[in-house]
Amino acid sequence: MSGVLVEARGLVKHFPVEKSVFSSKNAVVHAVDGVSLTIREGETLACVGESGCGKSTLGRLLIRLIEPTAGTVSFQGEDITELKAAELRKRKRNMQIIFQDPYASLDPRMRVVDIVGEPLVTHRLASGKELGERVGSLLDMVGLDRSHLSRYPHMFSGGQRQRIGIARALALDPKFIVCDEPVSALDVSIQSQIINLLLELREKKDLTYFFISHDLNVVRHISDSVCVMFLGKVMEYGPTKDVYDRPLHPYSLFLISAAPVPDPKCRYDDKLILQGEIPSPVNPPAGCRFHTRCPYVQDICKHEEPVPRESAGRYVSCHFPLDPK
Amino acid sequence: MEQPLLEIRNLTTRFHTRGGMLNAADDVSLTVNKGEIVGVVGESGCGKSVTSLSVLRLVSAPGEIAGGSILFEGEDLLAKTRTQMLQVRGKDISMIFQEPMTSLNPVYTVGRQVAEALLVHNPGSGRPGSRKQARKDARAEAIRIFGLVGISEPESRFDSYPHQLSGGLRQRIMIAMALICKPKLIIADEPTTALDVTIEAQILRLMKALQKETGASIMLISHNLGVIAETCDRVYVMYAGKVMEEADVFELFGRTLHPYTMGLLASIPRKNVCVDPDDATATGSGPRPGIRLHSIPGNVPDLTRLPGGCRFSPRCSEVMDICRQKEPGLFEAGSGTGSGAVHRVRCWKYDTAARSVS
Repeated sequence: MSGVLVEARGLVKHFPVEKSVFSSKNAVVHAVDGVSLTIREGETLACVGESGCGKSTLGRLLIRLIEPTAGTVSFQGEDITELKAAELRKRKRNMQIIFQDPYASLDPRMRVVDIVGEPLVTHRLASGKELGERVGSLLDMVGLDRSHLSRYPHMFSGGQRQRIGIARALALDPKFIVCDEPVSALDVSIQSQIINLLLELREKKDLTYFFISHDLNVVRHISDSVCVMFLGKVMEYGPTKDVYDRPLHPYSLFLISAAPVPDPKCRYDDKLILQGEIPSPVNPPAGCRFHTRCPYVQDICKHEEPVPRESAGRYVSCHFPLDPK
Repeated sequence: MEQPLLEIRNLTTRFHTRGGMLNAADDVSLTVNKGEIVGVVGESGCGKSVTSLSVLRLVSAPGEIAGGSILFEGEDLLAKTRTQMLQVRGKDISMIFQEPMTSLNPVYTVGRQVAEALLVHNPGSGRPGSRKQARKDARAEAIRIFGLVGISEPESRFDSYPHQLSGGLRQRIMIAMALICKPKLIIADEPTTALDVTIEAQILRLMKALQKETGASIMLISHNLGVIAETCDRVYVMYAGKVMEEADVFELFGRTLHPYTMGLLASIPRKNVCVDPDDATATGSGPRPGIRLHSIPGNVPDLTRLPGGCRFSPRCSEVMDICRQKEPGLFEAGSGTGSGAVHRVRCWKYDTAARSVS
């Protein structure tokens, strides 16, 4: 594989919670708490985890849609966390995002040509007739009809809207796209159409994806590597096949086995099910953040945060990683 | 065979919209036997929720139930008066809704909301002290049910407000509310869709355990074929208002007949081998990333502008001439494997091999 495209080092993002009438101190949501990862060119890195684990925040940090509290992100070897706004804007041509909800992420008062063409106008890359032409070919690329240029978003179905969102992300010919749950709002039969489109575009345009999803089946299908997050921390990180076949972290094991399998023959009553609820990211548990739900918890897990271990391209943050056999 | 608990016959529920009249549920027939978990699966707009709402007569204007009958223990629910329906709702048939965040009232404690169901159906007599006693009993019963659905510290949770609880706990509260009057049928409309996957697994296991314990029947509505496969005994697949296929769950997934059901199953990315229960760390090898998934071309049709003939025909890979001209009936295609439930399929492909039941 080729060189490193995106590299995050010690990324932290804390969101202040509004002061409550009942408490005197300001609480902080630890959305992302010390994440380091590397995305190589052409690679699809997926990020899985349950709600509130910080996966969307991480995606936004990687393209600096929000400012990190600490840590750095470099893109093609250049630190983008310190760039001034004008400089950053130039770099943004190479990094785009596809949002989850195709109903909320398109302005209902804009026509398709304006939505998809807006990045081109903002970056002064096309105007007038050429703009229409460029948008037309973008629509072709995502499987929409050119004649729909002057339609409004409400005239499209969910799947078609997601295609518009993808066309918009492609407008500037980016290298890197953050896909934030791009298929979770869609019906099953439409989901596979969009996944196929993303795969096709990846090959045609040499794209690198950071693919955020809570759907483990989709992630297994689309990604090369996967990072499993829990409460703002990366629990495990490694090649997708290895993580799915031989998870090292207990959380990965339970997350993967919890996903319902569409085959009644795979049903069994002693399936591993994680007990308990997800702790609050405002007061994450001391020690290992997973210890309150972990069935293999020991004393040390409650007091001491595990030091991440790395071996053979796999990374795990656990005092007692599972046997990889 | 004994009388089914719920028998929906040729139900049609229609909505008057600006775009014209549409049949959200179109000639739907569905049965739920005693002690059975029946799944209804389909994509958005297929009529699965409307069918379940029709059972409780909760469809409001511009929708109306335009035809058919809904027999519950042999009595037609559509013939009941409003007051009689109040006796049925919550007591004989109860419902678990999708959104545990929005279906609880934020200004009342969850305990009060759960106990309310019991008090409505058992208000106590007019004697002095009887109401107070009824309230006391309801509280005790609610706390008992809280324990049953796996809520820790049920006593103190009784006085919590919904916003103090997590999504999983709120869904447990909803289940407690559905169970408290010991209903014979529970309709669960996407009960785990809003939940995280580890919590979803907890709730599904809980529902199965409670079903065994209480003997109630469950009608489970979901768009997730995985959830259906893990939970149900028998399944109905709906598309654009019609039942397309019905069969025992093992039969449906093992010997899928309808091209739509096949397409749905093939669209789900999945590993080929299931996890061995004895060795949880050994999983099969997944498909290589980059492999295209099967996909059903086109979109779900607009119900006001349905295609002629079979409504799946424009998207079907095995379409024949007759499919575009004539709507197929539900054909019987043997009972095959599993419990011996009849396998029915609405597709012309099975016309020659099977005799029409409609």
